[in-house]
Amino acid sequence: MDSDENEGRRGFLRCMAWAGAGVLWTVSGGVPGSRLLGGAEAAETPGFSFVQLSDSHIGFRAAPNTDVTGTLGEAVAAIGRLDSRPALLIHTGDVSHLSKPAQFDTAFQVIGGAGLETHAVPGEHDMVDEDNGAPFFARFTKGAKHGYYSFDQGGLHFVGLNNVQDLRAGGMGALGQAQLDWLRADLRDRPASQPIVVFAHVPLWTVYAPWGWGTEDAAEALALLRRFGSVTVLNGHIHQIMQKVEGTVAFHTARSSAFPQPAPGTAPSPGPMKNVPPGRLRSLLGITDVRLVRGRAALAITDTVLA
Amino acid sequence: MKRLAPAMALMSAHALAQHSVRIENFTFNPPQVTVHVGEEVTWTNADDIPHTVTDGAATPPRYRSGPLDTGTSWTHRFTDIGIHRYFCSLHPHMQGMVVVVK
Repeated sequence: MDSDENEGRRGFLRCMAWAGAGVLWTVSGGVPGSRLLGGAEAAETPGFSFVQLSDSHIGFRAAPNTDVTGTLGEAVAAIGRLDSRPALLIHTGDVSHLSKPAQFDTAFQVIGGAGLETHAVPGEHDMVDEDNGAPFFARFTKGAKHGYYSFDQGGLHFVGLNNVQDLRAGGMGALGQAQLDWLRADLRDRPASQPIVVFAHVPLWTVYAPWGWGTEDAAEALALLRRFGSVTVLNGHIHQIMQKVEGTVAFHTARSSAFPQPAPGTAPSPGPMKNVPPGRLRSLLGITDVRLVRGRAALAITDTVLA
Repeated sequence: MKRLAPAMALMSAHALAQHSVRIENFTFNPPQVTVHVGEEVTWTNADDIPHTVTDGAATPPRYRSGPLDTGTSWTHRFTDIGIHRYFCSLHPHMQGMVVVVK
């Protein structure tokens, strides 16, 4: 993609992620490229920013991480060390491992340590209680009883979606017609120039169908977002960074703060990577910092590892 | 429970077999089991990630295990003859089948 061709017309998105010791990923026209960098461009430009946490799995206590509450605490501490204070915190689901009230309470307390306005959407692990997610919604979605909602902040329009409810056998993540209807109404009167940030647990693009890493009816949601000049889609679920750009829509999945999962198809199952060498776990966990760069219609996404 | 009476009658006709399904590597193993009406199937989760056993043929499901954490089991008695498809509601690509015969 030639950035000059798009700049000023519909804007362009540049996604950047630090992986370990300063590798810059630039995704352009769907083709990711990486190079080493000396300093983050995002850090040089103060502006509106927010941070993403994902897949805390409070309650998980097996290899490779028997202290997921501790690593969530480290992620929250890393937020405190960012150059400028983020405006808000987004959690893209699997806050808990088994939807237990005590797990939610622990997570709520640790995440609250960041002292940031927090918005979350449920992962499938947050919805396995008898009441179909009610304990999660009561704590984390501020009264949105189905787990989807929207709000405006810093000139951006944020949309939280729930794509883990009422999943059907053999399928992937799903939004459902009622939620799609709500989204259509939510976006209808918005100017195409307003940057949109969509956050949901399961990726809204099909990362790997054999493992269910995608959302069946995502195309219908993306059709509603097509006319906007800047759309950033933040997901979790797969416990690793993946990025893709489709037109004006940039997709980004975040690392987990609990445990890494294998790259698609590289293991018999998507279960936790257990054989992480001692001392390397924290390089596979992390947080995501998203920054609006004024005047360039670009959101810069920076991933920071815990070690 | 309405089928309990014929199921009980069958119990006396032949010994009830115990059937097990092991959940490992995000699969139900074996993916298909055949049981006599009234017999039980026990699922045991050997993964480090929780799974569920959920009725895949009806909404809302007629049976569901709730989350099975590592090393835990759940047992269900099948009292209806026919093919019972089930899945993991956490990982819907995981599917299995219980065939219930007379």
